[in-house]
Amino acid sequence: MFGKLTIEALPLYSAIAAGGAAVTVGGALLVAIVLTWLKAWKYLWTDWLTSVDHKRIGVMYIVLALIMLLRGFVDAIMMRAQQATALDAGGYLPPEHFDQIFSSHGTIMIFFMAMPFMTGLINLIMPLQIGTRDVAFPWLNAVSLWLSAAGAGLVMVSLVIGKFSTAGWTGYPPYSGIDYNPGVGVDYWIWAILISGVGSTMSGINFIVTILKRRAPGMTLMRMTPFTWTALCASVLMAFAFPAITVACGLLALDRLFGMHFFTNAHGGNMMNYANLFWIWGHPEVYILILPAFGIFSEVVATFSKKRLFGYESLVYATAAIAILSFTVWLHHFFTMGSSANVNAFFGVTTMVIAVPTGVKVFNWLLTMYRGRIDFHPSMMWSIGFMVTFVIGGMTGVLLAIPPADFLMHNTTFLVAHFHNMIIPGVLFGYLAGYMFWFPKAFGFELNRGWGLASFWCWLIGFYLAFMPLYLLGLKGMPRRMETYNDPTWQPYLMVAAAGAVVVLFGIASMVMQLYVSIRDRRLTADRTGDPFDGRTLEWSTSSPPPPYNFAVIPTVSDREPFLVAKKDGTAYQRPASYTPISIPSNTPAGVVLGIFAFVLGFAIIWHIWWLVAVSAIVMFTTVITRSSDDHAEFTLSAGEVKRIEDERFRELGRRA
Amino acid sequence: MSVMHLSEHEREELETREQRALGFWLYLMGDAVIFALLFATYAIMIPGTAGGPTGKQLFNLNNAALETALLLVSSLTFGFASLSVQAGNRKAVLGWLGVTFVLGAGFIFLELREFAGLIAQGAGPDRSGFLSAFFTLVGTHGVHVSMGLLWIVILGAQVAVKGLTAPVASRLFRLGLFWHFLDIAWVGIFSIVYLPGLL
Repeated sequence: MFGKLTIEALPLYSAIAAGGAAVTVGGALLVAIVLTWLKAWKYLWTDWLTSVDHKRIGVMYIVLALIMLLRGFVDAIMMRAQQATALDAGGYLPPEHFDQIFSSHGTIMIFFMAMPFMTGLINLIMPLQIGTRDVAFPWLNAVSLWLSAAGAGLVMVSLVIGKFSTAGWTGYPPYSGIDYNPGVGVDYWIWAILISGVGSTMSGINFIVTILKRRAPGMTLMRMTPFTWTALCASVLMAFAFPAITVACGLLALDRLFGMHFFTNAHGGNMMNYANLFWIWGHPEVYILILPAFGIFSEVVATFSKKRLFGYESLVYATAAIAILSFTVWLHHFFTMGSSANVNAFFGVTTMVIAVPTGVKVFNWLLTMYRGRIDFHPSMMWSIGFMVTFVIGGMTGVLLAIPPADFLMHNTTFLVAHFHNMIIPGVLFGYLAGYMFWFPKAFGFELNRGWGLASFWCWLIGFYLAFMPLYLLGLKGMPRRMETYNDPTWQPYLMVAAAGAVVVLFGIASMVMQLYVSIRDRRLTADRTGDPFDGRTLEWSTSSPPPPYNFAVIPTVSDREPFLVAKKDGTAYQRPASYTPISIPSNTPAGVVLGIFAFVLGFAIIWHIWWLVAVSAIVMFTTVITRSSDDHAEFTLSAGEVKRIEDERFRELGRRA
Repeated sequence: MSVMHLSEHEREELETREQRALGFWLYLMGDAVIFALLFATYAIMIPGTAGGPTGKQLFNLNNAALETALLLVSSLTFGFASLSVQAGNRKAVLGWLGVTFVLGAGFIFLELREFAGLIAQGAGPDRSGFLSAFFTLVGTHGVHVSMGLLWIVILGAQVAVKGLTAPVASRLFRLGLFWHFLDIAWVGIFSIVYLPGLL
């Protein structure tokens, strides 16, 4: 009846694991109680969970990302605390638990923090920037969101029922195979990734079609914003790289479920094939995450330097070049696998080549700032902090690109320091810059600057403290993922790293405070014009938050910075002679239902509850078929209704003037 | 008929159809990546027989040729269905979809029979890495064909109930892309799995 699921699955094997489970369950209950107390369930369901509006889907993605950021950070600080005290079998975590923590940390931060954050920002802003009313496939968009949430849900549930993988975020076989890992941990990892990966593939397709087919008249490709360009390139990578991880994890699942021999030690298996398949996705993934962040930096630097972006074309070409090259470097993740010197040399060279277009971009941003009138808004600070820090990470990356050097540093904390040095400033700082930049667009009031700056400085200083020592430790030969060690000279470095994690904790606390203070003071910082930062592109020409249809009249574009030009010409904020009715996709529970049953499906496969697998698969099929047979999935907003909303907007603008 | 002469509603419908077609092409390209990786995996696992049977001992060219014939002809009959959509002939569409379904189902039957025979002689997917790769590559294609069959049934029902409305015709167009794509994938399987396995 319940497959492998028994009462033994509860995490009563250690106090810390039970505590983690209690916090998870307690947190979920607390949210449920607050929602009930606020009588917000109906509002949440009708206005958010069933919404197919790209802006709301974007916000929900970002909420998911921020929740998972907290979870992933708890994992991080627990690891730092363990390693700081783990000399000679000290520390407080048993090895099995420590291994789960580093596995879930990486999995969460990549798949369930960074991916949803990026997808959310693209959803929220890109359609506004290209002057359209929604993405090409609104309900597919909702499905993508709920599949991502289902994957995140599986990772969270593994805290309470059963254990998570101990095989690291890359899940290399044969260790992740059924012989060495008979528990459910690796299965949680596989199905969380498979389910959310389908969502990411579909998001990629959705964004490509939206950008290629739905731009406002006059917006040629070379008039798109840098963020839209980077979103396009990242989406191409999502659509064509995610199938690779679907294959890698799918084959691993076949090995585990049906005793196949893709990656086993014996019976003709080839575990090195897994490394290839995984990183054929994995390296483009790095650029899927970082390209949109580059786009955000470009927008932020231009806006807060009050200058046009320097070298727009070079930035666009650099982005496209990175997107293509990103498929040619995957082998540098396993130079030590034993390929011939020529193969390693080839991938070493392509890896160094890909640093060139990235370097071009740093000059784009620097020269945009040069002689600009810089406003040190928190978003700008994230961008500046990124530029300085990212260059350091880039240099260590070029070092690792040299195969003989990589042989020495492979699997050491030098590598851990390197990729955190790329991803924290490059990806996370970028998304946080975007979050603080576009927050008023989503909610109609600004985020508090002081707490934003506090958060930035804590993150920046915390980052240096946490990861610079790891570079040194790596050079001294410390392997990554050590639960204990016996070299006392390592401990001081690890203590500094732990202190860095505490400083980052203050940064996260500042973000929470920022949110609290900003909501409290929302009337003081209300954004009545929709354009709080003297914006340059179309998203700032709408109200904050924008109406459901975004633009009452689709704008015609004749410049790269259409809204700035319109403000200079005096053609911004013009009222049309009349309004026309607008058709809007209707909300539907189909997306959230699919997400719930994808979660159930994953859970049932993990625990081998086969009847439940069948039931949830049938429900999912029926939902898809019913919804996709519906020819009238839209409703029409009458011209009068549009006029009423627009009149309100212009009254607000007039009050301001 | 140029785009300029269309009404607002017709223009929107055309745009929607174009967007969906592009989206579907992109999906097929992603699916092609999946097949490409499964082909590559199969190719490197051919030696991984672990002392078990090889392709030469297991594959039957007659069966594969018959499967190929069924699938290729079903692509042709789907082409006739598409032409009938353009001609607005509902009965012909239903008829050709029916023929396509029967041919596709025949293909699936042959494939399942082959799989069952292999498993019966102890050459199942858990026998060796080579057989895991074989069953997974060919089986993935088979699952796609089965999904295509389900889709034919659903769209057949829509044609019967709703008629050849614009949304239904647009869905039939994408089903056609899918069906022909499976043909191409099968040509790959025939030329990479069965032919070299036997020659």
